[in-house]
Amino acid sequence: MEHTADIPPLSWPHYLLVFFVSLLLWVLLTGTFDRQELVAGVLVSAAVTLLFGRRFEIFTGFRFSWLAPFHILSYLGYFFVALIRANLDLAARVLAPSLPINPALVEIRTGLKSPLGRMLLANSITLTPGTLTVDVVDDRLLVHWVYCPPGTDLHQATERISAAFERHLSRFLI
Amino acid sequence: MSLIGDILLVVGCAFIALGSLGLLRMPDVFNRLQAGTKAATLGTLAVLLGIGFNHPGWWAKLVVIAGFVLFTNPVGSSSIARAARKAGIKPRVLARKIGTDG
Repeated sequence: MEHTADIPPLSWPHYLLVFFVSLLLWVLLTGTFDRQELVAGVLVSAAVTLLFGRRFEIFTGFRFSWLAPFHILSYLGYFFVALIRANLDLAARVLAPSLPINPALVEIRTGLKSPLGRMLLANSITLTPGTLTVDVVDDRLLVHWVYCPPGTDLHQATERISAAFERHLSRFLI
Repeated sequence: MSLIGDILLVVGCAFIALGSLGLLRMPDVFNRLQAGTKAATLGTLAVLLGIGFNHPGWWAKLVVIAGFVLFTNPVGSSSIARAARKAGIKPRVLARKIGTDG
């Protein structure tokens, strides 16, 4: 993915985020809140952050705010509902003898600028009912749609495929 | 507890089985990817959740596995779809062509 000029330079919240993500991964992998493990985890995460924090450009799109955790949770909730709907929808199509599909490639436009934001949007689209991201070029996403209503243009496709996800994502990503 | 876990395991396997059926029935590579990705992702998550109910001590590692599956599965499918398109495979379009690029 291309880097965009609007991405802010690395700042201390960025390093803090790298630190806490490393620490979270450590705690999950050790599976305990034992003090010795935690101290070792803090030391290792700090080392990782200091040595490699600069390389984790993927996190630069994060929009820091106190509400960010709630926005992430509400995004996850919306996402899992969409994932389950996608599977039920797919099951119905696959089991129907007539195989009701009407595939098409459509383009949609995104307002998200950061690599992480575009990646999460593309992933979300891939896992939701009847859509699969084929390519990302700048602010356009090429999407394969299993059941495209006839006569859909770019605006309608954007509205129906990505608008809800984009609303959720843009609250905590650039 | 263990009953819920078993039910989730069965549900997960059922979704993966439906995904395989979709893989067989769908007409071209893009539609097949659609069937495979969604079913495999939700199926794997349901199986992981079922294991979590049966072995409550493992939940932390299961969360890590679920996270990696959620991040990598759709990326893999998108990459295959992108490669297929670059290799010149035209998606089967039944309706009139839509959008600016086909």
